[in-house]
Amino acid sequence: MSSETLGRPAGVRNPRGTTPPRPGKRPGIQRLFGKHPLGVLFSAPYLIFVGVVFAYPLVFAVYMSLHDYFFAAPGAVVDRPFTGIDNYVTALTDPRVLRSFLNVGIFLIINVPLTVVLSLVLATALNRVVHFRSFLRVAFYVPYVTASVAVVGVWLFLFNGGGLVSTLLGPLAPDPAWLINPAWAMPTIALFVTWKQLGFYILLYLAALQNVPNELYESASTDGAGAVRSFFSVTVPGVRPATVLVLLISTITGANLFTEPYLLTGGGGPNGASASPVLIMYQQGIQQGKPGYAAAIGVVLVILVLVIALLQNRFVGGREEK
Amino acid sequence: MAATQRLPGQISRGQAILRGTVLGIGALVFLFPFYYMVIGSLQTSPDTSLAGLFPNPANITGENYVNINERINLFTGLVNSGIFTAGVLIGTTVFGLLVGYALAVLEWRGRGATFALALLVQVVPFQLLMIPLYVMIARDYGLGDTHLGMILPFAINSTAVIIFRQYFLQVPKEMFDAARIDGAGELGLLWRVAIPLVRPALVTVVLLAFIGPWNEFLWPFLITKDASLQPLAVSLANFISNVASSTANPFGAILAGACVLAAPVVVLFLFFQQYFISTDIGSGVKG
Repeated sequence: MSSETLGRPAGVRNPRGTTPPRPGKRPGIQRLFGKHPLGVLFSAPYLIFVGVVFAYPLVFAVYMSLHDYFFAAPGAVVDRPFTGIDNYVTALTDPRVLRSFLNVGIFLIINVPLTVVLSLVLATALNRVVHFRSFLRVAFYVPYVTASVAVVGVWLFLFNGGGLVSTLLGPLAPDPAWLINPAWAMPTIALFVTWKQLGFYILLYLAALQNVPNELYESASTDGAGAVRSFFSVTVPGVRPATVLVLLISTITGANLFTEPYLLTGGGGPNGASASPVLIMYQQGIQQGKPGYAAAIGVVLVILVLVIALLQNRFVGGREEK
Repeated sequence: MAATQRLPGQISRGQAILRGTVLGIGALVFLFPFYYMVIGSLQTSPDTSLAGLFPNPANITGENYVNINERINLFTGLVNSGIFTAGVLIGTTVFGLLVGYALAVLEWRGRGATFALALLVQVVPFQLLMIPLYVMIARDYGLGDTHLGMILPFAINSTAVIIFRQYFLQVPKEMFDAARIDGAGELGLLWRVAIPLVRPALVTVVLLAFIGPWNEFLWPFLITKDASLQPLAVSLANFISNVASSTANPFGAILAGACVLAAPVVVLFLFFQQYFISTDIGSGVKG
């Protein structure tokens, strides 16, 4: 690219000579920033933004987790002693923290497989539908675009002790009711999040399905494969990159769980059975004023997510044949 | 059998029925809670029996909307949500467009690194940034209980940057070269040539950048303690977790607030849903 532009005689493409490149005009700036120094100017606000909102806090989080960090008046010079891995030790021996990691594990075991299967099946069905296409698309995406806080209200109404779901199930409904039952609180939250987010993953799978060549379906059909067979031998392998992405995003979203336990189960109840790590981070870091401790929980959580993502990538991403 | 006669890609009647059933049940499950939300918000007393699924003239009232408005000022909440959303929207479209253009069309040192950064940023989980951002923005910069503090962490959406880049890449380079020969400056090029060509991307980005902050709960919840500055999602959440039980019909009031919070995004989405296209957003996430 650059060799082509350098080799091009300036006068040929710019007969009037009104625009650069005119060698010798701004050699310093162009040598420093490239052919279009304006690109640096256009990107500067974004780069500053990423530095302030992502890069610096990322480093700050690790720093904080290694110190006895506490809130002080702005500008006050206070000594915040280095404490090494103390925060990590405290976090990993705190039963509430361990319970929250277990909870998010339960959440992921229910939510992630359910999300992958349902969104792929619904996207496959939706992909070839002719009638009511717009209506169906809107129906599936609406929970995703609506505020969690708003739909939480309906789920509280549906799943409380005397709610519609319990009324319909009659004696089969758990007692105590869903969200105040230690065994059912987390699965109910996992179900809620699956329902709420599914539209987004259907969207991703629909995009991926456009890239599966039609010839593959045709030859599968010629070989006598039925719809179910071609789903498993053509569709599933064909959308594998999307599956890796869906696994990754749903795992990260699940690890970020906060709003649902905060509102659906009144702050992670009953008795911590639905507390998520981010909820504990909020309680410890901001309510109790121990940001260093909360940052340590955050670092552990992110490392766990990274490990899960790598494992998923290894087992599902498979050997990419080029 | 019919199956042997059909052309590849066609499906049998049985499969069509199966698919219709799956999609129909799916749509019902997805839409029902919204229907129930509206019905519930209009009930004088909550009716959780099967009869409660249908509007009952004897049990309909607008009282819940009045009740919730007395506890949390819906108008103030909507204004705060609007300011928060507008700030993110403006930051994302203006700066996102500039970076997307620079990444796709201009040649400058650091272009590859900037693009890699935009991809990387999307996988940094917010839970790790939450505490340091709170310390920085609320404590160090003193931006707690301000709109600016709410907007700052979301000011430029990286997914939007990638979407803009993808669209600008699809514009043939000759169009830019031709305009440059005609003497257009780089800014004029962006304004008169590039932006009109990527209008669909603009709509997708506006939709994305609207939905995100409008629905965001965690961050504005952390940073606003002053009720008069809270976006509606935050004040409704506080109502649900603290105040609701003290009202006569708590579910009615919660659902009325939920309808007010959900309505703007749902209406916007219904109008522009054809721009909510799989390929755009897919490419934005995948890069």
